[in-house]
Amino acid sequence: MADVCATVPTYEERLSGFDWSLAERELGHRPGEPMNIGWYCTDRICASGHGSRAALIWEDSHGAGRSYTFDDLRVLSNTIARYLARLGLEPGDRICLFMDRVPELYIGFLGILKMGGIAQPLFSAFGEDSLWTRLDDAGTAAIITQRKHLPKVRRIRDRLPGLSRVVVVDAGASALQPGEMALALDDEPRVDRFEAHPTGSETPSVLHYTSGTTGRPKGAQHVHGSLVAQYLTAKWVLDLRPDDIYWCNADPGWVTGTSYGIIGPWANGVTQVVLDAGFNAAQWYGFLQRHRVTVWYSAPTAIRLLMREGADLVRRFDLGALRHLASVGEPLNPEAVIWSREVFGRPFHDTFWQTETGCIVITNFPGMPIKAGSMGRPFPGITAAVVDPRTAEPLPPGRVGLIALRPGWPSMMRAYWRNPDGYAAKFRNGWYLCGDRASVDADGYFWFVGRDDDVINTGGHLVGPFEIESALLEHRAVAESAAVAKPDPVNMEVVKAFVTLKPGFEPSDDLELEIMNVVRRKLSPLAMPQAIEFVQALPKTRSGKIVRRVLRAKEWGEPIGDISTLMDE
Amino acid sequence: MDDLKRVILDYVKREYLEDGDDRIVAEDTPLITGGIVDSFSMVSLKRFLEKKCAIQIPDDQATPAAFDTVNEIAALVERIRGRRAPA
Repeated sequence: MADVCATVPTYEERLSGFDWSLAERELGHRPGEPMNIGWYCTDRICASGHGSRAALIWEDSHGAGRSYTFDDLRVLSNTIARYLARLGLEPGDRICLFMDRVPELYIGFLGILKMGGIAQPLFSAFGEDSLWTRLDDAGTAAIITQRKHLPKVRRIRDRLPGLSRVVVVDAGASALQPGEMALALDDEPRVDRFEAHPTGSETPSVLHYTSGTTGRPKGAQHVHGSLVAQYLTAKWVLDLRPDDIYWCNADPGWVTGTSYGIIGPWANGVTQVVLDAGFNAAQWYGFLQRHRVTVWYSAPTAIRLLMREGADLVRRFDLGALRHLASVGEPLNPEAVIWSREVFGRPFHDTFWQTETGCIVITNFPGMPIKAGSMGRPFPGITAAVVDPRTAEPLPPGRVGLIALRPGWPSMMRAYWRNPDGYAAKFRNGWYLCGDRASVDADGYFWFVGRDDDVINTGGHLVGPFEIESALLEHRAVAESAAVAKPDPVNMEVVKAFVTLKPGFEPSDDLELEIMNVVRRKLSPLAMPQAIEFVQALPKTRSGKIVRRVLRAKEWGEPIGDISTLMDE
Repeated sequence: MDDLKRVILDYVKREYLEDGDDRIVAEDTPLITGGIVDSFSMVSLKRFLEKKCAIQIPDDQATPAAFDTVNEIAALVERIRGRRAPA
């Protein structure tokens, strides 16, 4: 079945004569003029006569809802921008958003950008260690949060001397401490006119943290010019059109939730719906039906959870408005593509990108035959190859190597925050190396193989083993630890920890649960080991370095490889 | 409230709510859809139930829907206990 839609241009037509400047022209931006994402996502849409169009339709888990037009977005983001400026925050300050998916998160993101701040969204399920690491690294000046997350912020604040302001969006009558202030958006005088800071295309805009194999998480720093790529990829890959109702499942604590949960759809003037609730298949289908969602950007983990609930449940709902489905976060298995054709009448289109790329770079386009299980082909303007890991030279079709991209597209990260060495290490032979292994076939389709490092991709989120191992070592019973990926039918990978115990401690179910919960509270539920194996010793090199690949290979049933350099136990 | 529900409710409050989090959690409060327990944390809750109640919860029954409220979790535990009981 070739999932070709006759109404959109073919991939080859998109490629022909492609230049990123066509997106700038559509956005009405001329080289050298200011470019502020906050303005382009709100004021520009209103100026084009669409201020009364719904921009955000929001619901929570109890079914309570709110709706905002583009003019509401414009005025309320102005309101937050002025509020932050009056707090004394300045352009270039890092301002963290640490909230569930409430309207203030989305509007606050735009408000920060309008006043020239750098938005630093963080996943609200992060524990205090994860939160502290990222705020400390960024030198964050302010955090906007909710009452329920305030205890975590308070516990780490004395170790963050630069964090001078804590803004609480739902403080109500709660007692606040010095340095904390309430922002009740509904009560704040609305600001109709606010001059967006004249940021340029290269002015820093967003700081998203991502995990690596070693060391602290790295802050991928993006610029306002990323808008060009996010606008066009949202339009061409997600096929967003002005009359669409669009749902992106991703949380803005992660890059998908900002690039395609805020910037891409709103720069296109598209209505998006947000459900601030945990997973429930019937609730999700009801949400799709109720809002007549037309374009849905989801994730393989969510799709596999839906598959587990069965096709009969889907058929109880009228999902006839859906016309385009896409997926991101981890490889989309062929079964999920086949299942979605059966139950939704159309396939999920896999898309590949990462925090550092800022936009979709390899994808299954609408109007392009899907090869189930493939990542698709490079977006126009993206030069992608599979290169030899030793030489960084492109490999012929069929050979497995590293996914590499030629730098220069508009939404490429410009730096890792205060980490030039980490940034430089991502490039070789003129290529940006994604850290993923793949092959490319004779038709130019990419096929994902796996990560090239020890980073764990769980439910579409990257988790660094170093952070987990550090948290494990803080437990009083743990002597040594190693964290690796373990295969999982829903999340693709989950964290498994191998632990040796200090003298006086014995393995037990109680201890296992206690250690799991310690990691969950310190880091996040994603980082919590789903399994812990107590061992007598960990494989190490003769210099004493723990060799995770041996443990990982055992979990995946793969050859262990050369162990001649390991220490004899 | 019976003992089982009380044990589960106490554990949820202790483990999944921050100190100072003033949300009211009762037996019928949505835990998964309400964002109190996410699908990853469900694994630690499942492990707690298996240990505390000396049961094994099959993976295909440990669904977000079955874990959404204390009432539903208690019903799941009782079903598994019932199946295990001698005829």
